Amino acid sequence: MMRDPKVRLRGAIAIVGAGESDELGRLPHKSALTLHMEAAHNALADAGLRKEDVDAVFTAGRNMANEVPEYLGIRPRYVDGTQMGGCSFMAHVEHAMAGIAAGLFEVALITHGESGYSRVGMPATRWGEDSNNAQFELIYGHAGPTTGYGLVATRHMHVYGTTKEQMAEVAVATRKWAALNPRAFMREPITIEDVLTSRLIAWPFNLLDCCLVTDGGGAIVVTSAERAKDLRKQPVYVLGTGEAVSHQMVSQMPNFDRWDAAIVSGARAFAMAGVSHRDIDLCELYDAFTIVPILAVEALGFCKPGEGGPFLSGQRTAPGGDFPMNTNGGGLSYTHTGMYGMFAIVEAVRQLRGECGARQVPNAKIALCHGTGGTWSSAATLILGTEIP
Amino acid sequence: MAIKPTPETRPFWEAAKRRELRVQRCQDCGCHYFYPRPMCPYCLSRNVAWVTCSGRGRLHTFVINYRPPRHFPAQEPYILGIVELEEGPRLMTNIVGVEPDPKAVRCDMPVEVVFEDLDEQFALPKFRPIS
Repeated sequence: MMRDPKVRLRGAIAIVGAGESDELGRLPHKSALTLHMEAAHNALADAGLRKEDVDAVFTAGRNMANEVPEYLGIRPRYVDGTQMGGCSFMAHVEHAMAGIAAGLFEVALITHGESGYSRVGMPATRWGEDSNNAQFELIYGHAGPTTGYGLVATRHMHVYGTTKEQMAEVAVATRKWAALNPRAFMREPITIEDVLTSRLIAWPFNLLDCCLVTDGGGAIVVTSAERAKDLRKQPVYVLGTGEAVSHQMVSQMPNFDRWDAAIVSGARAFAMAGVSHRDIDLCELYDAFTIVPILAVEALGFCKPGEGGPFLSGQRTAPGGDFPMNTNGGGLSYTHTGMYGMFAIVEAVRQLRGECGARQVPNAKIALCHGTGGTWSSAATLILGTEIP
Repeated sequence: MAIKPTPETRPFWEAAKRRELRVQRCQDCGCHYFYPRPMCPYCLSRNVAWVTCSGRGRLHTFVINYRPPRHFPAQEPYILGIVELEEGPRLMTNIVGVEPDPKAVRCDMPVEVVFEDLDEQFALPKFRPIS
């Protein structure tokens, strides 16, 4: 097989700053743009950089790529508003890598801010009545993520025998991480029974199978590995990246028992990083619903197709387990603004720097971050490390 | 909720009002496809035609929704399904004529189309189990 040309970009850039909004949770006193600003400010401070150092701005969501730089008082000479849902920020890292390697810019700020619960300063983007979504999905009472992600869960259960108990394992283990994170929104311990008896939302999902709905922001700063050496914090190198899109409307999903976009993004990230699955010390796998990490571990090659449920069972993803996953408490228990991907990256960076206190995974050297967007529509994968192998 | 067709989707909705389930078929590669658009998504041919389906298919997957979105007139839980038509394409729909209970509904069960009037102008294709 031909060597992937992306391999030459392994370790070419590093994440040198990571931050979140001052507060996370339910923040009716802050607009989405304020959340972008707080996160950007904190990420730049973390990197020890000034806004004048930033020459590229990447953002996704309801706030346009013109709007965020204006609010921040930054005049970038490169912008990217790629919007592929919650994994957009992982994709932005790949795009920033390309731009930095090409010499188009040197320091990129990637920001996220979303008033996902309070809806302050959030332009409405309901599908118009003449959209395909409205005509062919919403008209039937498709409720968005809860029903769209559930369609895959049902098929996976049918084809592979995945159980609701296995899905509940993910929620319970993730909550154990949240209990160790003072900033997590939901910290009370839960049991598998609690998940199975929580209110039905869209069978097969009960309430505790579903992520939170919160307000918040996150941001990271990336630059060349060369420039990273002189900055404040230990660089977190980008070893592998991948992204893919397979559909938009969930009814057009090519397969309902596997995650096609993630199969592509994961393979590309591993091929570039040149590491094996055994080398991964922790995973931050976007958990919009408990079923998502189950399909993610299959798509990323940690286990065989259909084995995701058993693979993530027995609380092995919980603190002290041999497969640390979603160590901040995830979208299920930490925060979920609507586009969780940024928080997965921020947590991976903090873990690799050893900044996580009670929830620190010992000796974390290589982390995998993986996100979803739309309804299984897109996927993006990052493999990050403390050293360039 | 209302339907507002576009030029490419209007023939589908006009057929549905006549109690006919129509999709497009590529005259070059022979594939049936859905949703309506004037180009085959498999081979990019623009030589496409409308054809009438048998109305039979299988329930590929489903959820039972307890939290209807705003503007959707549901009081009770309802089944949101993905049906794979005999001709091949898949579409989202509601499964009717069966209890919204995971013990009563199963993936791959055979279904057939029924049309329910949405208002004076539009009818929605829904599906019910074939006994």
